[in-house]
Amino acid sequence: MVKSVTGSQAVILSLLEEGIDTIFGYPGGAIMPIYDALYDYQDKITHILTRHEQGAVHAAEGYAKVSGKAGVCFATSGPGATNLITGIADAMIDSVPLVCITGQVASPMLGTDAFQESDVVGISMPVTKWNYQVTCADEIPEAIAKAFYIAQSGRPGPVLLDIAKDAQFQKIDAFCYKKCRKIRSYIPEYPVEPTQTGNIKSAAAIIDAAQKPMVLLGQGVIQAQAEAELQAFIEKTGIPAAWTLLGLSALPTDHPLNVGMLGMHGNYGPNIKTNEADLLIAIGMRFDDRVTSDVKSYARHARIIHLEIDPSEINKIVKTDVAVLGNVKKTLPLLTAAVHKNSHDAWLAEFRACDKIEFDSVISKDLHPAKDGLTMGEVVRMVSEMTHDDAILVTDVGQQQMVAARYFRFRRSRSCVTSGGLGTMGYGLPAAIGAQLAAPDRTVVVFVGDGGFQMTVQELGTMVQNKLPIKIILLNNNFLGMVRQWQELFFDKRYSFTELQNPNFVMIANGFGMDAHKVSHRDELVEGVRRMLEHDGPYLLDAIVEKEDNVFPMVPAGASVSDILLDNSSIK
Amino acid sequence: MKKEFNITIFSENSIGLLNRITINFTRRKINIESLTVSASAYQGISKFIIVVNDTEERVQRVVAQLDKLVDVLKAYYNTNESLIYQEIALYKVPSEYLLNGNNVVETLVRESGARILEINNQYAVIEKTGHTDETQALFAKLSKDFNCTQFVRSGRIAITRSPVEKLSVFLKERDAMLSQIED
Repeated sequence: MVKSVTGSQAVILSLLEEGIDTIFGYPGGAIMPIYDALYDYQDKITHILTRHEQGAVHAAEGYAKVSGKAGVCFATSGPGATNLITGIADAMIDSVPLVCITGQVASPMLGTDAFQESDVVGISMPVTKWNYQVTCADEIPEAIAKAFYIAQSGRPGPVLLDIAKDAQFQKIDAFCYKKCRKIRSYIPEYPVEPTQTGNIKSAAAIIDAAQKPMVLLGQGVIQAQAEAELQAFIEKTGIPAAWTLLGLSALPTDHPLNVGMLGMHGNYGPNIKTNEADLLIAIGMRFDDRVTSDVKSYARHARIIHLEIDPSEINKIVKTDVAVLGNVKKTLPLLTAAVHKNSHDAWLAEFRACDKIEFDSVISKDLHPAKDGLTMGEVVRMVSEMTHDDAILVTDVGQQQMVAARYFRFRRSRSCVTSGGLGTMGYGLPAAIGAQLAAPDRTVVVFVGDGGFQMTVQELGTMVQNKLPIKIILLNNNFLGMVRQWQELFFDKRYSFTELQNPNFVMIANGFGMDAHKVSHRDELVEGVRRMLEHDGPYLLDAIVEKEDNVFPMVPAGASVSDILLDNSSIK
Repeated sequence: MKKEFNITIFSENSIGLLNRITINFTRRKINIESLTVSASAYQGISKFIIVVNDTEERVQRVVAQLDKLVDVLKAYYNTNESLIYQEIALYKVPSEYLLNGNNVVETLVRESGARILEINNQYAVIEKTGHTDETQALFAKLSKDFNCTQFVRSGRIAITRSPVEKLSVFLKERDAMLSQIED
């Protein structure tokens, strides 16, 4: 295809060449030529006008996590661009592929403090995998091709293209798009053979000899689409597998070898057993401090095998005995072929014994409470069950996130959208928009607290305008609950600025044109959830939960994972 | 234990990359003791030499982060012992000390392995290459007795003691790897 187009048209044509049909964005002065070009392509591209640029970038993240493709967002220069930064930082730390396109003042005005000029290339540098400023229309196709290649290859991440307004107006004599397949200075994943052959052999020998091995599976499994390969590996070896927060849904929840979630509010078994294991096999995870807690006392009896695409993760936190570099989609089958068939029934039974302890002291109280008030856990489990454990779970950040991660159940992969590394409050509502657009035929439920809800509440308007049938469950405890929990446990119950005077959330939703309903008693819950799920369109369920419930188990900050607490009795 | 390390980076010559590199030091609160960037022997490839004072473990980690930057071809680090390295220093001394006929400055220059670059009726400019302690020692002498009015020292340039250039080997491997990917 060779024709004369403007830089702005080249942007849209390039996105079409990359197969993009959904963009999240917010127009403004410096990106108006691109929006003008977009006007002619509304039959091919759905543009979702969010109510804030932060909403656009989180929606793009949600879209990317569910679809596996790069999320695309548009923003104007200056404040538009700076409003993207939180979401870009979130995507960077959680390895979410994004292509963010910002307008910029015309190139002769760069560096003159022009109206709505901000150095977004400089500002975004620490939180992007790559970024680039385009000042000439001819560069646009190649820059966009490079942007998609970098965002989606290897360990994915966000990229930003800043396009000067004059470049958007300029003519290109001949538009020609060529997908980027290689960059001299960038090898997204190293070839597995022959470099990893020896490491795979060593890893297999260690695995075969291990008595108490444990798999730690992370988001890398999902991003590599290696769910089947993971399952084949654990089933052949019989090794219990625990998932990280971002690894949720990579295995079915009820897989016999799935022993639950690692981390600060993870399950009792995988935390306790980490310090008893003689081998940890980390697959596409990065030993985040919420997983390891105190590194010095972490897994002292275990050798460590790390399957990882990003070489800089090896030995970053935990010293590895054998590293297997590369895409786990390729390395896992080689490892599976190299190990002997095995089972670890007695070891697995130890995890199940821990499950029993956790059930008796934590889960039964959460799911079958004796007290009157609703618990977050029973609401989450009710929604999971009534969606047949097959909805896409989106969460905000805080107590509801941890409770949702603990009690929501999954049947298929790419069904959990949550902000892990950055812990971005306000993420939930916009991320749910992206998730629903990526999977229009699936039920998307988003759990959000009353704090995070009010950070991006304006996106209710986006849901209504675009008729997105997102089911919002507000777990409303009138507190910034996680901070309040820490204040209760570690700051002598000094509730410093964590109690909220909330609006009438049902009226707020109604004001946006969204149906909503409040439940505060157990006997209303089933009916409330049923009404929400049966409603044709977006819906808010304002669930009033116990004000001062805590999330347990909990590994206190700085403690060892095996010092996980089941209740607050041992905290002074 | 902290000690001096030399981080070498071969990169594409792209705008903003210096910022992207230094961010990795800033966020870990590692001070850059000296920095030299210039064109390498290979067209279009820049070479950075960054001197830091830190533990080997931390240096290893920051190098791993630098190595994965999209525009970086290769990053690695060396101890001082595995390199031959130099810095260049320039000193300005009033010319009266050289024109007074006693040759003291000229002798000092000769003995220090320095040389006089330029002299006029106001000042002389002396140049010395060497390690930091050597250029510093000459500065101490020149300022104590001869009123050295200006002193400037460059960043470090270094060459490995290994008989082969790492980058040439690396580029050959990289070309082979890239040629397997279809356009």
